[in-house]
Amino acid sequence: MRYAETGYNLEIDLSSGSIAKVPTAPDLAEAYLGGQGSAAKLLWERVPPDTDPFSPDNLLIFSTGLLHGTPFPACNRTVVNTFSPQTNLMSHSLFGGFFGPELKYAGYDKIVIRGKAPDLVYLYIHDDKVEIRDATHLRGKGTTETGDLLKQELKDKRVQVAAIGLAGENRVYMASIDHNHASAARGVGVIMGDKRLKAIAVRGTKSVNVARPAELFEMSHKIHTKMAESSGCGDWMAVDEDDSFHHNHFAWGNARTRRPGYWNAELQERWTKLKYDHMDRQTGCYNCPKKCRNVISWPGRQRFGYKCYGKDTYHMAAFLELDFSYDILAVAQEYGVDSYSTPQVIAFALELLEAGILTDKDFPGMPADSAGRFFYLLEKIVRREGIGDILADSVSQAAKRIGNGAEAFDHNTTKKFEQLPIKLGKLNPAYFLMIATGEKMSITQIEGSFPQDPLPTEEQRQEFVDKWEAVPDQKFKEYFLNWKKRNDISDEATCDIVDWNEAMHYIDDSLGFCGFVSSFRGQFGGDVPYHINNIPQAIALATGFEMDKPKLWKNFQRIRTLIRAVNVRRGLRRKDERPPEDHWAVRDENYEQQLLSKYYNFKGWNSDGIPTRATLEQLDLAYVADDLEQRGILDKAEAP
Amino acid sequence: MKPAMKIEQEILIDVDKCTGCRACEMACSAFHSLPKFSSINPAKARIRVVSDEIRDEYVPVFAGNHTKSGCDGRHVYTLDGKTYSECSFCRASCPTRDFFIEPDSGLPLKCDMCESTPALEKPWCVQVCGEEALTYKRTEVPREQATQEVSGEIEASLQALMKQHGMEAVIHHLKEMANKDR
Repeated sequence: MRYAETGYNLEIDLSSGSIAKVPTAPDLAEAYLGGQGSAAKLLWERVPPDTDPFSPDNLLIFSTGLLHGTPFPACNRTVVNTFSPQTNLMSHSLFGGFFGPELKYAGYDKIVIRGKAPDLVYLYIHDDKVEIRDATHLRGKGTTETGDLLKQELKDKRVQVAAIGLAGENRVYMASIDHNHASAARGVGVIMGDKRLKAIAVRGTKSVNVARPAELFEMSHKIHTKMAESSGCGDWMAVDEDDSFHHNHFAWGNARTRRPGYWNAELQERWTKLKYDHMDRQTGCYNCPKKCRNVISWPGRQRFGYKCYGKDTYHMAAFLELDFSYDILAVAQEYGVDSYSTPQVIAFALELLEAGILTDKDFPGMPADSAGRFFYLLEKIVRREGIGDILADSVSQAAKRIGNGAEAFDHNTTKKFEQLPIKLGKLNPAYFLMIATGEKMSITQIEGSFPQDPLPTEEQRQEFVDKWEAVPDQKFKEYFLNWKKRNDISDEATCDIVDWNEAMHYIDDSLGFCGFVSSFRGQFGGDVPYHINNIPQAIALATGFEMDKPKLWKNFQRIRTLIRAVNVRRGLRRKDERPPEDHWAVRDENYEQQLLSKYYNFKGWNSDGIPTRATLEQLDLAYVADDLEQRGILDKAEAP
Repeated sequence: MKPAMKIEQEILIDVDKCTGCRACEMACSAFHSLPKFSSINPAKARIRVVSDEIRDEYVPVFAGNHTKSGCDGRHVYTLDGKTYSECSFCRASCPTRDFFIEPDSGLPLKCDMCESTPALEKPWCVQVCGEEALTYKRTEVPREQATQEVSGEIEASLQALMKQHGMEAVIHHLKEMANKDR
């Protein structure tokens, strides 16, 4: 009997219309867990590196986490992987809610989609009943609107729907996949649209079994209770009305302008009132006692939900206020576009207009005011009309297509992907490495276990480490106690810190845990319910595998290294590993490159960022080494 | 004489506090699986959160009695400007929806307040409700008083029947029913 996982993937070919329920190897999860880990293995095995992301041979994979469907709370993040036309690398995205657990209750660990349908279709999964159905009547429908229409059509309110909006249908690179009020960003909606897959509706009524029931429930209930009572996990930004952090420190417009001192008491009071006057309630994801999502009902618009920094991106890009974000988020959510990259694309276009690289002729009929311009460009982008057709390819690709000096305005991307609009003074070495070498495209998906900044006094530092259960090793406490200035920390400590930060995200994204109760949250305090010291036991109780800290750490290294190899095989090299040049004001190329070399060495990668044969073999990835050698990416090992 | 006492249990539901997380469904299905906690399946839960994100509807509802037939028509309630189908509040397991029907056997499910030996402090759904949308109330009431209430109900029903069909017919039917039971 398989525990925690179902042991089956659903394989769909939209070109031929074939549907198959395929058993998976029993030892796969022990080595690659689930979620992103086992998805990376499928992408490595099945998608040759020269495959164009828009080819029918590209795969779009929806994965449950290994622990989805078990009683462990806050384990509900569905993982979506494919290859992105924006970066030509592996796309990694996540969304919360109910979809992943429902898929597991339907009897599947993954949906693996290849091919392209001749016209819009949706996938209906009800346990063993799986159908590809016509979705032409849903063309142009909004994301949550589509979910609602499918629930009515299928006469089942319990169906969980993930859908694309107009942006995905039109293959906009910033298109998201939306489920209720949760959203998968970072380059997956475009491929769902390219495959002409409007939505997936899933309903499951089967059981998920766990290996050691009584012990597991005792452990999971303790964590559940702790999470419910603790303010040290979940998204505090859902209730903290002081948002001076983002507004004073992050850059406005096209990630250019910092406005220190912008935040004030009058603003906070006004915006707090605006929020509570329009907020219906705060909602949570499946089996999680936190309520991180604020659901807003804005006059004349569809209800929408937001989390975290998502409420700020539009008005900061447009130099406006919160009411503008509420107004446009309600529209953007239905179109299904990423609220992190889309405002930057729009602000980038307006900067080009100001600089004379684009002219009024490129924006016929555009209003003069900032709000009007953002709405105008949003419409153009999601419809791929006029200049919108170029902008829909994201900042980097649009800059290339526009030319005429536009490339210089593409200043906030790494690996051709829009980064958070953060512009700082002195370099933080760990952040340099994370942004440079990260393959999850957003720093929020990489940072998080070790604090971003040192605490000012020894007493505060001591207090912080005293309750720090999450550390993999006591040395991290030493690092923190001795850390006084942001840019003054040993290279050895920096490598360890980056590795730990990464580890937790790779583990979360393979098990299905939410970063706000694990990988992302520890940096703001020592009180996260899931960490490297208790997750091995959670896996063991759920799956029946033998699992301990060293073995789980090796799992992380295996998955991380495999993903690096997947991207290396598609061309990723050292030259691509550069944070935006203006991310920090003070730079030292020599120091940074030395640090990068040290980190590659620490990871067991060669000087070009490619995992060595010895590293690969040590992680049971000899098959990857063979392939890289065969392609001439790694030098052939000398015959023994 | 001290009157005999009986326990009355209630689960109080505050729909405004529900976040829609469905931890209650998870815990209910885990507790009622055999062996206990060995499997999780919200479709087997004796509590359901009827939710609709678009209309801001979040209603936890507990499995009550089974009914063989569905209803012909339903009321639609408007509460605080939001509309709810009567179905959202209905506790019955019935043929018109797949609520509270064991998916494998097709048998109806009913909330048992997590009957257990030793007794639980409170039902599992309540224990895992972090927002206190569900709270548990346990009160002792005198059994006699309860019996009196029931007697009153029976008397009222019989009087209504006698008014409609006459005393003779009612007595005749009661006799027949009593004979059948023997």
